[in-house]
Amino acid sequence: MSANTAAVTRKPMSREKQHKVSNAIKYLVLILVGFIMIYPLLWMIGASFKSNAEIFSSIGFIPKNPTLQGYKDALKGYGGDIDIWKAMLNSLKIVIPKVILTVFSCTIAAFGFARFHFKGHDVLFALLMSTLFLPNVVLNVPQYIMYNQWNWIDSPIYLPLIAPTLFAQDTYFVFMLIQFMRNIPKELDEAAKIDGCTAWGTLWRVIAPVLKPAMVSCALFQFMWSYNDFMGPLLYVSTPARYPVSIFVKMSMDADTGFAWNRILALSLISIVPSLVLFFMAQDQFIDGVSAGAVKG
Amino acid sequence: MAGTKAMTAQQQTPTAVPHKKGFWQRNRGLLFVLPWLFGFIVFKGYPFLSSLVYSFTDYNLFEGITKAGLFNYAEVFTDKKIQRAFGVTFRYAFMTVPLKLIFALFIAYILNFKIKGVKIFRTIYYIPSILGGSVAIAVLWKAIFKEDGIVNMILGFFGIQGPNWLANGSAAVFIIVLLRVWQFGSSMVIFLAALKGVPQDLYEAASLDGAGKWRQFFSITVPLITPVIFYNLVTQLVQAFQEFNGPYIITQGGPRGATTLVSLLIYNNAFKKYNMGLASAEAWVLFIVLMIFTAILQWSQKHWVYYSDED
Repeated sequence: MSANTAAVTRKPMSREKQHKVSNAIKYLVLILVGFIMIYPLLWMIGASFKSNAEIFSSIGFIPKNPTLQGYKDALKGYGGDIDIWKAMLNSLKIVIPKVILTVFSCTIAAFGFARFHFKGHDVLFALLMSTLFLPNVVLNVPQYIMYNQWNWIDSPIYLPLIAPTLFAQDTYFVFMLIQFMRNIPKELDEAAKIDGCTAWGTLWRVIAPVLKPAMVSCALFQFMWSYNDFMGPLLYVSTPARYPVSIFVKMSMDADTGFAWNRILALSLISIVPSLVLFFMAQDQFIDGVSAGAVKG
Repeated sequence: MAGTKAMTAQQQTPTAVPHKKGFWQRNRGLLFVLPWLFGFIVFKGYPFLSSLVYSFTDYNLFEGITKAGLFNYAEVFTDKKIQRAFGVTFRYAFMTVPLKLIFALFIAYILNFKIKGVKIFRTIYYIPSILGGSVAIAVLWKAIFKEDGIVNMILGFFGIQGPNWLANGSAAVFIIVLLRVWQFGSSMVIFLAALKGVPQDLYEAASLDGAGKWRQFFSITVPLITPVIFYNLVTQLVQAFQEFNGPYIITQGGPRGATTLVSLLIYNNAFKKYNMGLASAEAWVLFIVLMIFTAILQWSQKHWVYYSDED
């Protein structure tokens, strides 16, 4: 203790100065890197309000003659059976069932793994964990062949995209929920048992309320990932009227590249509004969700 | 007593047969795991094994199987285009993963000091991870890396003649690497949580011993968070080996195959040429390569990963 105070009091001035300088450097780095990170997005917002002639003529992101032409064109659509609103609606038709089913199925599976010992528990848990690192690239081809045999390709209710979530197939979420559940004291279960609660009742009436933040995290990530998902719909949705927003933006980009940049940038921005709104509404949950999966492992 | 009381109608219904009751009673957890197990067999296990079978055939989506053998693997190991795709994928992964993790750790380290406005910075750094996977950002990337886009304008401002990013092989690889590195926020958040768990008194003790900030970083911080570095390394590696959106949307695998990663090649073979056999063989070779890398990392763990408690 005495050594400690001695070291601190020895040369207070230089220490303080050093501290100030190093702090200034830290803020400088943070602001500089942050600015570089965020500038593309700022530029995108600015560019969507510029005329096509202006977009690639200056570095600044604030438009000199702001125009809504990009947005007007974006909302007009490209003809055919689909426009941005329909595409966003289609995305929701995929995303909402996926989110709901994922939260329920993954919570149930996680409860089974985290709270019970049964025959084959360790083998099944090892299987579960191995799928965490199983690259999807191996599964794409055989899954496509299988769905093709089942006549699920281009299904109007997006079966290939939604059905697996009914069975807790997004391992990451099961894993995340198990991690959270390990921190819930087992005494809670015991007490519920004594009060005559069934295992099923314990899960939903005792565990679920405590687990809620983790379940919300799962829902948020599933929303974000499914909404952004490109490869899934690319493989399994082929009727334009059923395109979700990711495919629609890609098609529009192919149609527009080289001329109507303000239109495609406006369209892209509209397409990410739901993600942004959700993120700003619940950023703490996102951050907790990401950290929990990795750190407590 | 309490145990039997807890076993009520809901758990019993699937197995009303008396002599089986004992099994389900002892293995109640299995009932909760069963839906996952069913899904696993149908959506993962069966496809996984069937793709191994397809990889030894000439399975075509329209013509079916006409022959079987090792020819797909022979092609994977001799065809120049496929070899190139593997080379490009390695290069892509070995640039992306270290760059992303170094950035993530560096910024997390700075944020972990008592920084004012830490939440604002965290938000700014995390936004790209939220949006980065979307097609919208791929569109943005195409716009800013255009020959007359802002990146080249900014380079020009400093007197540097920027390349035509999308027409130059190495530059095109670089922009898809950059798209992923830009999304270092999610790894950063994981590092930040781990850094918070490093006891402060260790730093105090070290600074009494005269260890500078850099010394502290490498001899206290890094060793203590190696489990998280390991986790990030494995997950990012698995992700990088499967990168698809960037090369598919931004560079279309070009110019002249420079950004044709294996996943894109598999997609082209399977869904443009309908050669499911060859695509499966490529996928399996990629899978085995990935397994080897993961195994090496696992093995290397004992030399550099520090676990504080065996849980």
